[in-house]
Amino acid sequence: MSQGTVNAGPAQAGGTVQAPAGRDRRATAIRLGLLGVLLFIAVIFPLVITNALYTQFAVDTMIYVGAVAAWNLFSGYTGYIALGHAVFFGTGAYTVGLLTKQWKLPGGDIFALLPLGGLVAALVAVPLGLIALRVRRHTFVVITIAFFFIFQLMAFNLSFTGGNQGLSSPFFLWSASDYNNPFYYVGLIIAVGTITLSWLIRNSRFGLQLLAIRDDEDRAQGLGVRTMKVKLIAYAISGGISGMIGGLWWFFIGQALPETAFNPLFDLTVALMAFLGGFGTLAGPVLGALILEPLQQWIGITFTNGYVSDIVLGVLFLAVILFLPRGIVPTGAEFVTKWRVAQARRREPGPGGSAPPAPPGSPAASRTSTPAAGTPSTGTPSTGGVR
Amino acid sequence: MTALLRTDAVSKSFGGVQALDGATIEVEEGSIAGLIGPNGSGKTTLFNVITGYETVDGGDVYLGDQRITNAAPDKVFSAGIGRTFQLTRVFSRLTVMENMIVAAQHAERGQGRLRNPLARAGGPATRRRATELLEFTGIVGHAGALAETLSYGQRKLLELSYVLMAEPAIVLLDEPAGGVNLTLISTIADRIRELNQRGTTFLIVEHNMDFVMGLCDQVTVLDYGTAVVSGPPDVIRTDPRVLDAYLGTAEDDDDIAVG
Repeated sequence: MSQGTVNAGPAQAGGTVQAPAGRDRRATAIRLGLLGVLLFIAVIFPLVITNALYTQFAVDTMIYVGAVAAWNLFSGYTGYIALGHAVFFGTGAYTVGLLTKQWKLPGGDIFALLPLGGLVAALVAVPLGLIALRVRRHTFVVITIAFFFIFQLMAFNLSFTGGNQGLSSPFFLWSASDYNNPFYYVGLIIAVGTITLSWLIRNSRFGLQLLAIRDDEDRAQGLGVRTMKVKLIAYAISGGISGMIGGLWWFFIGQALPETAFNPLFDLTVALMAFLGGFGTLAGPVLGALILEPLQQWIGITFTNGYVSDIVLGVLFLAVILFLPRGIVPTGAEFVTKWRVAQARRREPGPGGSAPPAPPGSPAASRTSTPAAGTPSTGTPSTGGVR
Repeated sequence: MTALLRTDAVSKSFGGVQALDGATIEVEEGSIAGLIGPNGSGKTTLFNVITGYETVDGGDVYLGDQRITNAAPDKVFSAGIGRTFQLTRVFSRLTVMENMIVAAQHAERGQGRLRNPLARAGGPATRRRATELLEFTGIVGHAGALAETLSYGQRKLLELSYVLMAEPAIVLLDEPAGGVNLTLISTIADRIRELNQRGTTFLIVEHNMDFVMGLCDQVTVLDYGTAVVSGPPDVIRTDPRVLDAYLGTAEDDDDIAVG
């Protein structure tokens, strides 16, 4: 086992028991297996379930999985809560919409425009980031919301946006039976790509810098991290992906209106999904989207009153804050850790039964104490790898 | 004798409080210098000004011949000045090893690892160096643990370790012995001495007089933001101005929360 755990997956990020190599390998195998199964299900889903209503839900879900992963790549890693990503989502939608109109593109070629929509959104993110990233916490949140309103107003009032008529996408002459599939698979590619990118970043030097900024930005800068540059790059990547997803959404929905392309509920939903699943973890936000989006869609068709879905969203927000403040994945990981420690304790009772035994393989158990052993308990006592 | 670090009449005020008032100090290359003074005398502010956390109102800071006045903290660190904080600041939700790798920016820049930003954090050379340093400070056993699980003393050692990752020419320590037990204090002193013998210069702010007097070659006393006296420990110990600064008169006894 290597010294560092920089390569730790999302679960370890929350701090799990340092397992012996054998169990580690098994855990990795299980994780990879599960991932494969999930991906397989995602790929065959629209082939097995051909009901257009459900495939439509699936497209919406993919859009949100990608969006929340993109959001988490910036906000989750840096700790800067952005509530204005609808700016990039809408910018992507309008860019793709205007270009489609301009170039009169037919059929499936339109998907080639998505990277362009993403690029424009990323370019928009740069000046916005240069302004907003100068401030932190609440001020940052408020400024991102302000950006959002500026952009929605522009969409209403600029001459080329179509005002409150918005932009309509072209009709696609695809067969009705699998009409949703192209959107679904493009959405899946973007989502899987974003998750993969998030994973790569999590393990990279760049990602480590982002996480250091989350923990103590000034200290990170004092250790040579160019904080502004690093934050800005993450913000632009995150915004760019949101823009691509906005473009996809426009093709799928068929129309972009200022209030739907620049939608405040988009930001709230994405943030709620991330908090529900586990803010800053890799799997958490994705899980949050997979739970929340189908749920909202289901409520939408079950209850004829359109506000039920909004009410549920609000109630869920409160419930998450009350009962799962850290989200499903970190709380779950902690539960598993506690269970494993309890198991280990049952198997091998502590020597003499005096000190509570540390979990096997944890630093505290396997290594000699440091000169600091017995320091006054001014700080948190060391508990090895367990938290 | 050449001064490695020099502040030239540095001034800084916060509102009506004059935290630094023309503070001029010099740290000779290869020395262990001490900076003492009563609470509120501007010691930490001087550190903040040197390392770019605060901008000066007047005066200049030099590292060797290089003027680094008001340079950003990352530039100051790259230039070769590392520092620790009075209250430890580690990246609590990263592991100890990851903390070390964050500080290896500067070292890795030379290895061309910056070309691929998605390359795995911490190359073999970085990890080897980090492990060596953690062995040196005695916390290598916690390399895989989250920094938030460390005790206060261990965090102090981690701060010292990761500051050393970039092989700084000079290290500024803000109360390395504060809130730490006696065994650890002597360990820290030993490590500082050892590093100094290998060529690292130190500037230390500390209230523990035995620690300062036992360790430092040169001690500067700061009072009301001005360096009042500077000299070897035995001279400082008996200087009437030092007693005056510390004991002062009754009306001087207002602690200003900038120290």
